[in-house]
Amino acid sequence: MSLMDKTARNVAEKVRRGELSAVTVLEDAFERISAVDGRPGALDYGEISDEDKSKVHAFITLTKDRAYQQAQDVDRSVSEGEDPGPLAGVPITVKDIFCIKGTPSTAASRILANFVAPYTATPVERLEAAGAITLGKVNLDEFTYGSSSESSAFQPATRNPWHTDYVPGGSSGGSAAAVAAGEGLLSIGTDTGGSIRQPAAFCGVVGLKPTYGRVSRYGLIAFGSSLDCPGPVARNVGDAALMLSVMAGEDRRDSTAATLPVPDYLSSLDKDVRGLRIGISPDYMRIPYPDLQTGEVVVADLPKEIRDAILNAAQALADQGAEIVENVPMPNMSYGIPTYFVISRVEAASNLHRFDGVKYGYRTQSEFSDLREMYRKTRAEGFGLQPKLRILMGMYVSAAQYSEQYYQRALKVRSKIRSDFEAAFDPQGAYRLDALLTPTTPTTAFKLGDVYGDTVLMQYADQLTVPANHAGIPAISIPGGISSEGLPIGIQFQAPDYREDTLFQVGNAFEQATDDADWRKIKPQVMKFVE
Amino acid sequence: MTDYETVIGLETHIQLNTTTKIFCSCKADSWEQPPNTNICPVCSGLPGVLPVLNEAAVHKGALLAAAMHSEIRLTSHFDRKNYFYPDLPKGYQISQYDMALGNGGYMDLPMPDGSVRRVHIEKLHLEEDAGKTKYEDGRRFVDFNRCGVPLVEMVTGPDLRSADEAAQYLIRLRQLLRWLGVSEADMEKGHLRCDANVSIRPVGYTGLNPKSEIKNVNSIEAVRAAINKEVERQIELVESGGSVESWTLDWDDAQQRLTKMRSKETIADYRYFREPDLLPLELSEDWRDGVLAELPELPLERRARFKRDYELPEYDADILTGDRPLSDYYESAVEAYGGDPKIVSNWIMNEILRMLNELGVSADKLVLLPEHLAEVIKMVDKGTINNATGKSVLAKVQESGKAPGDIVAEEGLAQVSDDSALQAAIDKVLAASPEELASYRGGKEGLFGWFMGQVMRETKGKADPGVTRELLGKALKGE
Ligand SMILES: [Zn+2]
Repeated sequence: MSLMDKTARNVAEKVRRGELSAVTVLEDAFERISAVDGRPGALDYGEISDEDKSKVHAFITLTKDRAYQQAQDVDRSVSEGEDPGPLAGVPITVKDIFCIKGTPSTAASRILANFVAPYTATPVERLEAAGAITLGKVNLDEFTYGSSSESSAFQPATRNPWHTDYVPGGSSGGSAAAVAAGEGLLSIGTDTGGSIRQPAAFCGVVGLKPTYGRVSRYGLIAFGSSLDCPGPVARNVGDAALMLSVMAGEDRRDSTAATLPVPDYLSSLDKDVRGLRIGISPDYMRIPYPDLQTGEVVVADLPKEIRDAILNAAQALADQGAEIVENVPMPNMSYGIPTYFVISRVEAASNLHRFDGVKYGYRTQSEFSDLREMYRKTRAEGFGLQPKLRILMGMYVSAAQYSEQYYQRALKVRSKIRSDFEAAFDPQGAYRLDALLTPTTPTTAFKLGDVYGDTVLMQYADQLTVPANHAGIPAISIPGGISSEGLPIGIQFQAPDYREDTLFQVGNAFEQATDDADWRKIKPQVMKFVE
Repeated sequence: MTDYETVIGLETHIQLNTTTKIFCSCKADSWEQPPNTNICPVCSGLPGVLPVLNEAAVHKGALLAAAMHSEIRLTSHFDRKNYFYPDLPKGYQISQYDMALGNGGYMDLPMPDGSVRRVHIEKLHLEEDAGKTKYEDGRRFVDFNRCGVPLVEMVTGPDLRSADEAAQYLIRLRQLLRWLGVSEADMEKGHLRCDANVSIRPVGYTGLNPKSEIKNVNSIEAVRAAINKEVERQIELVESGGSVESWTLDWDDAQQRLTKMRSKETIADYRYFREPDLLPLELSEDWRDGVLAELPELPLERRARFKRDYELPEYDADILTGDRPLSDYYESAVEAYGGDPKIVSNWIMNEILRMLNELGVSADKLVLLPEHLAEVIKMVDKGTINNATGKSVLAKVQESGKAPGDIVAEEGLAQVSDDSALQAAIDKVLAASPEELASYRGGKEGLFGWFMGQVMRETKGKADPGVTRELLGKALKGE
C-alpha cells in the first residue's frame, strides 16, 4: 500500500518517530503524481489528447527540488533529535492563489504567469514550519472565479479523479482532486463562496471553510476580501483538524485575523455527539434558481440521492446520541447568491486594479501610444473571461449612482443572512443548534463544458455553501455517499463562530459511524493507474 | 464696475511625522533616498499582501483633530478610493470617506484688523500617500518610496475671503502642526501640500459660483500669488461677459503662471467602499480622553494669553508664540525673572532670537537656559553689569555652559559705579584730550558721546553709564 493512501496523522507520527523517512514519503507522492496527474497546466497547451482526458492535471507547478530539500531537512531534524513539527514529512499541495517565496504564484491567470512571489503566505509558512512538504502549486479557476476549475488559463484544466469527464468543482479543484487521487495527503485551498467545500464534495474529500479570520489571509491573492478564507482539504476529518491547528491563529501581518487562541482541535475528535443538537433545514433541501429561458426564479427540490444522504447522516448521528432538530427555518438563504454576486464582485474588481502592467506580471507585447492604451491592452490580453465579467459587474454595481441600490443593499441582506444563523445557534433561542446539517451542493459533479460559460448557472452551484461565507461562520464538507453515477455526494455541517471543534467532533463521529459503509469502498477512477 | 468678493477653500495634505509608514514597517521619511529603495511588498502593492494600521498615525491624526476642534469619532472606517494611476500601486488608495476619524471642526484665524475669521473644517481624515511620477526624455518613471506615507487630508469650507487670508490660514496651520509635533510641515519637502478652490461673487451675493481648483501651490507665497492671479482672471472674464467654468489649474511657480490642466465637468467616480482588509477603527473613550489631555495650549490661545496676562503688544505676543519651544522659553524666563514680562520680551526678541538664528536651532536646544537669561537681566537691573556686558555674558553662557554670575565674577565684569574710580578714569581721559576738551568747552557739545566712549574704553566697558554721564557732565563743565 502506498503511503499516499494513509492518513496524514499516521504518516507524520511515523516520520516523527523516525520509523519513516520524509524522503521516502516524498518518493511515494511523486510516484503517485506521475501515475495519475498527466502534464501540468500551461499557457501554451496545444491539443487536449485522449490521454490528457484520462488524467487529473491537478498541478500548475511542481517544486520537486524544493520539496526534496524540505524532506531532507525534516529527516535531519528527526535524526538530530529535534522536533520536526506535527506535520513532519506530510506531502501537501498549495492552491496557486497563495504566494510562496521564489515560486511562481500565478492565480491561474496569464496576467500573473511570470510572477514569482518574494514572500510566503502565512498559512503556508506555518504548514511548512510544522514539517509539511510542499509538492507544488495546484490549479484553480482563474483568480478563484468559478466553481469548476475550467476557467484556468493553465490547461489542461483539472479533472475529477472519480470520473475524468467530470469537473472537480472549484475554485479549489486542484486541491480537492490532488487529495482525492492521493497526490499529496493535504492541500490548502481558499473558500470565498464555497470554493473549498464544493470541490471537496465533488471529489469525495473533506474540506473546511474556517471562521472568517481564523486563518490569516496574508499572502493569499485576494478575491472577495471580506469573504475569503484559507482552509484545509484532507481525506478525513482528523487530518483536517490537525492541519487547521497548524494554520490557524493570529498574524501581525493580517489585522483581520482573529486573536483568539487556537484550541486543540484533535482532542475534539475523541468526543462523541451525545446531546449535541443538530439541525436540518427545509430551506437547504430545495433551491430557487433562474430559469434559463424565462429568467423567472423557479424552486426545485434537490435530487433525491442528495436529500437521502442528509437523512442518512442525520440517522447515523441520531444513532450516536445526537438530537436531530428538524424544520429549522433559514428564510434568507435564498438571497445568498444575488448578494454574493454584488459583494464579491465589488471587492474583486477593486482587488484586480493592481494588475495593470506597471509593476509586475504581464504587460502587453503590442504597441501602445499612451498609458490608457497600455492598461487596456494589458488587461484585455492578460485577464480571461471570468475576471473580466467580475470587473464589469463589480464596477457597475459600485458606481456612485448604483451603489445604494446594489452594494449597500447587499450589505444589509448579508446581515440578514447572518441573523438566520444567529437565531438557529442562539443558546437561548428556539433551536439552540450546535450544528446545522445540509447538503454541500445541489448536484454531484457536472461534466466538463456543461455549465461553463454560464456564469449565473455556475454560481448556483454555490447556493448551499455561500451563506456561511456571508455569515462568516465555519462550515465543513465531508463525504456522505456515492451517487448512482459513481460520483461523490458531500454533506455539510455549519457551526457558530470559531466552533470548528464542533464540526470536527460531528464530522468525525459520522466518519466512525459509516466506516464500513459500502460506498466507502468505492475508489476514484484514476486509481486504475495505480497498480 | 461690480465689487467682487473672493471665496476660497483650501484642501491640505499633511504628512504626519511618524517613524514608519501607515500600513507597513518601511520608514515614513525617504527624503533624498534613491527611487524605490524604501518599499516593501505591502506599500508597493504586491498580490496577497495586507495593510496593518500604524497606531502612531492614528494618534497624531487624533491630536490634530482635537486641535482643530474636530470631534474624534470613536468608530471610524477606512475606505478604498479606486482609480488607476501608475504611482498608485494597488489601483486604490486607502482613505477614509464618510466615517472619517475627525468630524467637523474649525480654526479661528486672527485677522490683522483684530477681527477673527472662523474657518470651518469639512473633512479631516487619514489616508496613505501615493508615489511620485516623473517624466524624463519622453518616458515615465515611477517612484514608490512615498507610497504609504501617512497623511491627514484636511479640507476647509469656502470661508476664506482673500489670498492673504488663505496665506494666513496656511501660516497658522503650519505653526499648529509643528506646535503639536505631528508634522514637520515643510512645504518645500511636501509635508504640507495645498490645493486652492477659488471663485468670485458680487458682494452681497451668498451663493457659490463655479470654482477653479489650483493645484501644485507649494509655498505660502505661491498660494498668495496663484490666488491673486486667478481672482484677477475670473473678474476680467466675468466683466467681459464670460462665465467661470470649473477648471483644474496648475500653478507654475517659475513662470508665475496658471495653466489649465483639465475641465471638471464630470466628477470622477472613485467607487468608494469599505476597506475589507482593515477592521473598523475603534477607539475607546479612555484613549480619546488621553489624547485630549495631551493637547497642549494652542499657539493662538497662548498668543491671546500673553497679550492679556503679560500685557505684551500684539507684535511681541505673535513672535513669542511663533513656535512652542520659544514660547515655553519665554514663559520660563518670565517666571525666573519675576519682574516686568515686557523686559524679558525685549531681551528675547533682540538677543535670543538673534542667537537662535545664528545657531539655527530652536529655543529648547540652547545651552543658555531661561534661568540664565533671567539672572543676566537681574544683574543688569541691579547695576551689577551694564546692558552691553549683559549681552556678551549671554553669549559666554551659551558657549561655556557656565552660570552668568560665575562668568561675571571670574572675568571681573562687574560694573564700575564707584565714584572715585570713575572720577579717576574721567580725569585721565580729560587730561589726555586737551584739544577735544577745548572744543567742547568752546560749544561743540556733540563731543559728549565721544568722551563717553573714551571713558568706557578706559574702564573696559564696565562703567555704569548713568553715573558716568553725571560725573562726566560736571567734569566737562569744569565743575
Ligand atoms: Zn512598505
